[in-house]
Order: sequence, then C-alpha cells, then structure tokens
Amino acid sequence: MKATGPAAAPPAAQPAGYTADEMMTARAARVLRDGTACFVGIGLPSAAANLARATHAPNLVLIYESGTIGAKPDRLPLSIGDGILAETADAVVSVPEIFNYWLQPGRIGVGFLGAAQLDKFGNINTTVIGATYAEPKVRLPGAGGAPEIAASCREVIVVVRQTRRSFVERVDFITSVGYGDGPGSRERLGLTGAGPRQVITDLGVLEPDPATCELTLTGVYPGVSVADVRARTGWDLAVSEALEVIGAPSASELSALRKLQAITQGSEGASS
Amino acid sequence: MAEIVSLADAVARAIHDGDAVAMEGFTHLIPFAAGREVIRQRRRDLTLIRMTPDVIYDQLIGAGCASKLIFSWGGNPGVGSLHRFRDAVENAWPGPLQLEEHSHAGMANRYVAGASGVPFAVLRGYSGTGLEGLPGLDGTPAVRAITCPFTGERLTAVAALRPDVAVIHAQRADRAGNVQLWGITGVQKEAVLGARRSIVTVEEIVDVLGPQPGAVVLPSWTVDYVAEVPGGAQPSYALGYSARDNDFYVAWDEISRDRERFLRWLDTDVFGVSPGSLAGAGTGEGGCGA
Repeated sequence: MKATGPAAAPPAAQPAGYTADEMMTARAARVLRDGTACFVGIGLPSAAANLARATHAPNLVLIYESGTIGAKPDRLPLSIGDGILAETADAVVSVPEIFNYWLQPGRIGVGFLGAAQLDKFGNINTTVIGATYAEPKVRLPGAGGAPEIAASCREVIVVVRQTRRSFVERVDFITSVGYGDGPGSRERLGLTGAGPRQVITDLGVLEPDPATCELTLTGVYPGVSVADVRARTGWDLAVSEALEVIGAPSASELSALRKLQAITQGSEGASS
Repeated sequence: MAEIVSLADAVARAIHDGDAVAMEGFTHLIPFAAGREVIRQRRRDLTLIRMTPDVIYDQLIGAGCASKLIFSWGGNPGVGSLHRFRDAVENAWPGPLQLEEHSHAGMANRYVAGASGVPFAVLRGYSGTGLEGLPGLDGTPAVRAITCPFTGERLTAVAALRPDVAVIHAQRADRAGNVQLWGITGVQKEAVLGARRSIVTVEEIVDVLGPQPGAVVLPSWTVDYVAEVPGGAQPSYALGYSARDNDFYVAWDEISRDRERFLRWLDTDVFGVSPGSLAGAGTGEGGCGA
C-alpha cells in the first residue's frame, strides 16, 4: 500500500536508547494487571501481553483464539496457533468452545487488538479499504476473532501504529465495533463489554471522552508533541486538558522485551 | 467404515468439480498435501470453506480451483497478505472469486450447527458490524437477527455449514480407520461431522491408538477415506511429529507476490511431483521429529 493524501508527518523525535515500537509495547504492557484474563491478538498486542507476563504480571492469563487458555510461552508466538501455546497452556479447547464458553459470556477481562484502520469512535476496520465492499482498493485479511472480542471482553485495548491514513474520521468498513456512532451505540447494539478503553500508538495514548466517546489524546511519549500526533491523525483530534507525558520504558522493561525478541529470533533460526 | 486409500484415490473419489469443500485445521494440522493433490487433479469451480484461508487456499485460489470462498480471516499468519487471494478479489485473476465473509465466532458456530443437524446456530455477534449486512453466496443475508423466544433478547443467527466434503489432517489412525488428533484441534471435528463426505490424511497408521491427553477421536464410521501422508501438514505442523516451517510462510510471500513466479512454483512443486510428496511442502528444512 502506498501512502496517499497529505505528506506523512516526519517521524517524531525519539530520545536515544529505545524505538517508538518499544515505547508503545512497554506502555501497552503496563495496562495489564496481574491475574487478568487477556484475549490476545497476534503481532503488537501479543508482544505487549508477553512483556507484561515477563515483568509485572507473571500471573496474566493469556488466551489465544486457537483455543489455548493460560498459555505461558517463553518467546513471542509466531502465530496464534504456535505449538508453544498449546504445549504451555492450562487448557486447550476447540475453537467453538473458546468463542462460545469463554469469550461470549464475558469471562475475559481484556481484549487486546490491533487494527488496520481506526476511527474517532474506536471502530476498527480490518476488512477492506475503499469506498465499496464489492470493489475494494485494498483487500485486508478480514475479521478473524476481533468482532466478538471487541463486543464481549469486559474492556478492549487497541495497540496500533498511528498514521494519518489509518486514523480516519470514519472507517471504510466496521469490522469490530468500538463506540459505533457515539454515546449509546454499544447499549443499543446489545454489546456487553465496555469497549475500547485505550488506544495505544507509537506516539501516545488516546482514550474515549466520557461524554462524547470520541477518542481524545490523553498522553504522549517523551519527545512527542501534540502537533506530531495531530499530523498523524485524520480527524480534528481533541486533546485532554490533563495531557500526560508517559514515562519512558524502564531498563527492566527494555531488557525483558529485547530478551523475548532475541529468544524468538533464536528459535526461528533453530526451526529452519 | 473408513477406507484406507492413497491420497490420490481419496481426492479422486471424494472431491468433484463444483463441490463445497472445507479443509480445516486452525494453524495446526492444516491438510496442505491434500490441497496440493486437489490442484494436481485440476478440480474447478470449488466453493472453498475455511475459517483461515491462509497459504493452503492461496495456493488453490491461485491455481484456479475455486470460484467461491466462505471464510473469516484471509492472511498469511505472522507474515502479511495472501497475494493470490488478493489478486483474485482485486483483479479477478485467474478468475473472479465470490466471497462470503464471517467472523471466527460465526464460522465456528456454523460448523457446530452443521455437525448438530440443525439449520442454524445462535450467538451474540456481528451486531453493529459491516459483516451483518453482507450477502451470502446466494445473495440473501448470511446472518440474520433473531429474537430469543424465552427472553425476547435480540441475538444473531448464522446458517449451518454442510460442506460436500471435509478434509483434515490428523496425527494418526488405526488400521480400522479410527482417527485421533490432539493439540490445537480447531473445528475439525465439527467440519467432518457436518460434511457429507470426508478425507483424513494422517502422519501414520498404527495398530493401536494409545491414549493422548485432550485427544479428539473420530470413529471410523464417521470418516470416508483415510490416507497415510507423513508430513501432510507441512509447512504447518503436527504436534508430536513435526515443527512449523516458518521459513516457508515467509518464502510464500515472495513466491506468491508475482503471478509468473507463482506459476513456476505450481509447475515445479505441485504438478512436477507425485501425490503426497513433500516437495511442495516447504523449504525442505522444516525441523521434524519429536
């Protein structure tokens, strides 16, 4: 996919010593309280969830849609069906069971999702880019488990790299519902979970305004300005009066994350 | 009772042009060798059904075997796009591909309804998403709102999946054709029980199926054809038998990105080898043994 529209913003200045992705992953990991059951999507969410388990939340219960409950991988799984998830899980159940018995009744505290396109009400598109579904400009992978994770987890955290192209006023297609059209939407639709409580990007953190449900910038990383974030947001971004500068990744967060990634790369090498 | 046959015979006897075929295996135990055999026998106009039409269906779609696809997530896991799938949807190459699209929860429940012999399943799902308005393959809505007759609650109904054929890979079968699989077992049991015919490829055929924690057993009388195809899940894996060939998933991105490159792969690694061969299964370096 080529960037379209206004010129991409220059990369935000980063203090030496860590990357924007490491900052994002560390910030996302901090959200997860020890002992929480977390339904994990692959990629950035999985890295953050595994970092949390390796640092402050050793009893975090990782649940993957392949049916692995309480997986305890010592490296980052390469897919949601990675053998290490089944081998280390408390229980392995069928796919109908993971969705029907575990996700649907609201047993799972946090859903950790990625997004290809996201709008100001936290709705997620992973289906098609373009004006019509029938003739898409870009065909994306589709829904997977995300619609029901977004509907039924008690709360949702989205982890996504922010670009002007991906952060849009209205998504082209609603794959997974955030706050729909705004206040009252989730209740009208009968969605049992609270919806996206935080969107954690490579620039900072957005949270829904309690009155309007609109995603509002509540935190930025060290060295990132509000202007940087606005330049990479496709709607007129609201900024919290209590905007926080988020703490840089600690030495222990960075070493745990890098160790996870090094073990992962080592095992990829070993399997080939 | 299941018949123990060769992979080529199983495909020739069970899968016909125009059939609705579900090849299942959720990232684990994906029946790749059977998929390549379907390409080799040049089946056409198939309706392919699968929760995650990953590399296995990218191969079948690119080879021109399918005209329709029912699915819930179409990517190369951990790598990126499925280029043959995207080329079919975006550019109708090698032919148009009609889609019917669901969520995982919806697809899983559709298989459950098929296995249960009821016309639909009910779930909390789809509500407020673009998916609930999409047409099914017959042009009518593929999901519908339903009111609970007990509570009046609004829920979602999804139609049962009754494939003509289910194809799965399992760790082993005994000589009577009883099938045993374990680890991540996905929706394979539901797919086989909901299908009119079924093919199971296995890593090995043994005298006695010993107990395995968490194993799914499909009794011989629920399966039509069993074929012994060691490595038949490669480049995915069979827990206890083989490791996932991650390098092949990465290599597939390059093989499939370009039509000519993909056609060369078809010639050398599918049409150029015998049924059940591991030649098209990966880089040939996937760590086996357990």
